Amino acid sequence: MTPDSAYSRRWRRPPQLVTTRGWRLMLPLLVLAYLVLALGSLEVDAGRVVEGLSRGARFVQGFLQPDFTSRWQDIRQGLIESLTMTLTATVVGVLVSVPIGIGAARNLSPRPVYLVCRSIVAVSRSLQEIIIAIFLVAMFGFGPFAGFLTLAFASIGFVAKLLADDIEEASASQIEAIRATGASGWQLIHYAIQPQVMPRLIGLSLYRLDINFRESAVIGIVGAGGIGATLNTAIDRYEYDSAGAILLLVIAIVMLSEYGSSHLRKYLQ
Amino acid sequence: MLTIDQLTKTYTAGDTALREVTFRVPRGQVVGLIGPSGAGKSTLIRCINRLVEPTSGAIRLGETDLVRLGRRELRQARRRIGMIFQEYALVERLTVMENVLSGRLGYVPFWRSFTRRFPGRDIENAYRLLDRVGLLEHANKRADALSGGQRQRVGIARALAQEPELLLVDEPTASLDPRTSRQIMRLITEICTERQLPAIVNIHDVPLAQQFVDRLVGLRAGQVVFDNAPDRLDEATLTDIYGAEDWTGTDEDEDAPDNANETRDALRLAGTAT
Repeated sequence: MTPDSAYSRRWRRPPQLVTTRGWRLMLPLLVLAYLVLALGSLEVDAGRVVEGLSRGARFVQGFLQPDFTSRWQDIRQGLIESLTMTLTATVVGVLVSVPIGIGAARNLSPRPVYLVCRSIVAVSRSLQEIIIAIFLVAMFGFGPFAGFLTLAFASIGFVAKLLADDIEEASASQIEAIRATGASGWQLIHYAIQPQVMPRLIGLSLYRLDINFRESAVIGIVGAGGIGATLNTAIDRYEYDSAGAILLLVIAIVMLSEYGSSHLRKYLQ
Repeated sequence: MLTIDQLTKTYTAGDTALREVTFRVPRGQVVGLIGPSGAGKSTLIRCINRLVEPTSGAIRLGETDLVRLGRRELRQARRRIGMIFQEYALVERLTVMENVLSGRLGYVPFWRSFTRRFPGRDIENAYRLLDRVGLLEHANKRADALSGGQRQRVGIARALAQEPELLLVDEPTASLDPRTSRQIMRLITEICTERQLPAIVNIHDVPLAQQFVDRLVGLRAGQVVFDNAPDRLDEATLTDIYGAEDWTGTDEDEDAPDNANETRDALRLAGTAT
């Protein structure tokens, strides 16, 4: 202990974000005031909550006694449609994604190509599946064709972006080495890039297959065919037991494909 | 024969990496390029096969001025220049054989390389090269299954598969232990003598360079400050190239402290690599 030491014995962490003391006090108060006002505008109504809960109880009852049989024909057709949509859309989506992904990789493509491909990716990613589906159903009519297009379009944004990012992270020295042999552009992609990104591309495609099946159940609600359409009809007819059966089937299939694809991806690593 | 004439490279940021570098390398001569990090060694050899675009000057390989080639001709010229890399730069997920055959990419059409149907002559030659570097039985292994020294041998075989007229070698021993480093340097120099190949070898390890190369070129801040036989390198020139330091122990027969450092580094690298 040296009481005459020149160094202070107290230290406090200096404020990091808001440095003025007044604002440090005001900001939480402002946020709180806004929260209170916002909650007021939501028309929180206890009566509606109670009513909704009792309706929810009917859902739960229906789900607890799922009825697979009485609408089995519709359910079967919906599932087949959904699975068809999922598979075709994933295959087409991935096939289109590969050239776009290569185009959107900064280390391979000239600037204009890069910008075009990145914009395609950005458009595809910024639109949520349901919004795309609403447009495409309006354009091409109800049914699985619109669903197929929706999922394929959404897959492009997802797969192409992640593929492009992976290509950009590919080892530069391996690319340089193949370039130094006098390889052409296509040979460079095939010998230096493809071996580095292939495991990831397969993993991404399997993952997208999963996502597309789940989305196929959602976009059916806006008319794009598949199991979602069947589910929507069941709920509209107050057939919660059939709806429960459909949900259970969707959950089972998603779990199965999740399990299968994670296994496959592990095997590929 | 390679002639480098007034080669200058200025990066767009304004840094000058090379300043009027001029020298020539006759057939069969192995030139060691030494100099501190950032002196431009790596830029210099990458300018020769135009992985880096030179700003001005001329580089002649035989009759061709490499600096003035268009895209197509550049690809054809690159086939004549084999390159061996620091950290090997093998495509790790391809087999050893595919890595060696990738040296033929500039010679075969896309469909042949895509379907892996290389001409029989190329395959025979690839086997012969793998035998020469002592890896014949590893042909079907994946490149990342090999040790560092073995990978660099594959790198050498890949460069030779091009049937080059010139070898560019970038820090071939940077991540190898001292014994493997000597084996790799010996292999490179032997092959250059066998085939009468000129070679430029970037190398940090001055004693190792003195042991193996025919001639040393010293770069400092992008300029040639030494160009002579390896045994003409003395403390004054080392200071001129690298800056002031106590150089005792750098002579080739008493490189013990340097060696100990290398061994420690090699052990550390081996530990992380496996």
